[in-house]
Amino acid sequence: MSDFIRVEQLSRRFDLSEPWLVRMIYRKPRRFLDAVDNVSFAIERGKTYALVGESGSGKSTIARIAVGLLGPSSGRILIDGHNLHDRGLSEAEHRRIRQRLQMVFQSPYASLNPRWRVGNILAEPLRTFSLVDGRQAEQKRVNELLEQVGLSASDARRFPHEFSGGQRQRISIARALASRPDFIVCDEPTSALDVSVQAQVLNLLKELQRDLGLTYLFITHDLAVVRVMAHTIGVLKSGQLVEEQDTATLIESPKSDYTKMLIRSAPRIRDDRPIIN
Amino acid sequence: MSAQKSLMGRFRESDFLYDFKRSPVTVVSFVIVVMLILLAVFADLVAPTNPFDAGSLNLMNGFTPPMQPNAFTGETFYLGTDDQGRDLLSAIIFGLRVSLFVGLTAVILAMVLGVSLGLIAGYRGGWVDSLIMRAADIQVTFPSILIAMLIFGIARGLLPPHMRDELAITVLIIAIGLSEWVPFARTVRGTTMVEKEKEYVQAARLIGLGSGQIMLRHILPNVLSPVLVIATITLALAIIAEATLSFLGVGAPPTEPSLGTLIRIGQDFLFSGEWWILLFPAATLLALALSVNLLGDWLRDILNPRLK
Repeated sequence: MSDFIRVEQLSRRFDLSEPWLVRMIYRKPRRFLDAVDNVSFAIERGKTYALVGESGSGKSTIARIAVGLLGPSSGRILIDGHNLHDRGLSEAEHRRIRQRLQMVFQSPYASLNPRWRVGNILAEPLRTFSLVDGRQAEQKRVNELLEQVGLSASDARRFPHEFSGGQRQRISIARALASRPDFIVCDEPTSALDVSVQAQVLNLLKELQRDLGLTYLFITHDLAVVRVMAHTIGVLKSGQLVEEQDTATLIESPKSDYTKMLIRSAPRIRDDRPIIN
Repeated sequence: MSAQKSLMGRFRESDFLYDFKRSPVTVVSFVIVVMLILLAVFADLVAPTNPFDAGSLNLMNGFTPPMQPNAFTGETFYLGTDDQGRDLLSAIIFGLRVSLFVGLTAVILAMVLGVSLGLIAGYRGGWVDSLIMRAADIQVTFPSILIAMLIFGIARGLLPPHMRDELAITVLIIAIGLSEWVPFARTVRGTTMVEKEKEYVQAARLIGLGSGQIMLRHILPNVLSPVLVIATITLALAIIAEATLSFLGVGAPPTEPSLGTLIRIGQDFLFSGEWWILLFPAATLLALALSVNLLGDWLRDILNPRLK
């Protein structure tokens, strides 16, 4: 039992108050939103943990906190025993932790800088973390990354708009792999893709997990994706974890009413209802 | 080598060139602007005389009408001469150089300032944003010529007298540059606010890049196309602002006359019948400002997909 990442009593509160002056004039109180409320879970090394829930349930907030893009309001995240948000860490230690965390984003269109060639996009983490020496080693590693995700070395010279959605998501995955991370947060990585392409991307992610021993935190609302990918599922509702089970158990015999509703509302291929157009 | 060829090939087949060729007004404007810029750059080679060389001037040549031999010296000037006997054609060519130089450098200054402030305001948000944008709001309440005059006045007050003429052009550039940064800042701020939420910026933050690097390397290239349009339109404004300031006597010194200075000189003699001293510099200024403006308009339409 080796937990790679432990999320302990994580909460995140957002301040949605009007500006100070407006509050004074209209006598409005401050308003807060508890996007994440006392959530704890752990992911074993090499496993996939899926957070499911409707939009606004706080799953993306957890994803952002888990990679350090956002800070927690309270609680902590331990990555292999190191506190990710520990202010006392030196810059070098932060770098070392950051290098092990990566993220694959939802939109294949917004996640790649449209003005950069794919080769540069992939080389950026290599340069930032000084992982390669010299142009040649850099190019070699970029080609290796492209091939690892099923693209070809010649694609390095092209721009993101020359690729399809699925190919772009592969580039995103290659960028995430560049710093040789242990842990990748996938924030709805397939929700913007066609179903046929979704399967390819999911298969790629599974292969990479097997070959590289990656740990995934999967954020999704798509139960079909969860079923294929996840070892364990956590169900989020308004910022709280309402249920946590291994995948088979959760899908076969959900405990909470909310989970039952989520499973019922997932669209199935075979549907007895008449199609009305 | 092959990359360059394909770039030229792509340009030849581009919508950009196609749209350009289809708009005769734009082609004419472009030709005028290029001609005027070439004239200004090669002023020393093109101009018949050097109007700044006081030794070559002959006061007897003063007020020679265009294309007519002077009554005393028999010399003929294409566009006539002014009161000092300066060849007007040469003065216009050299004045064009001053006007274009001041206009271009002022726009570059305004652009650098506006783009940087816009990037910072849009990326940082919060009180930094409020501070910069309120400063911009206050600035646009005043006509830019007024701000330029204010800056010009302060600078002249601060500089020792012997440096005033030397630095007049520099002061002019700074004055115009500082009064035209607002449109750049506003546009860039808006686009930056959209871009910074995009996931490629998040990805850059994820690997620990600093705000400065993210702004310069990731966001800046994606906010530049509207800047190009504003720069062109602002160039026309800057040229006119320079001419206005010089016309008012607070711009380019008489030793280095710009088009505005020439118009001011011409204005003194308009009612005594020497019309050419005013008309030719004014017509040149008009052609320049109008052409640049039309180019800017066309560029704006082309780069705005919604207008297509």
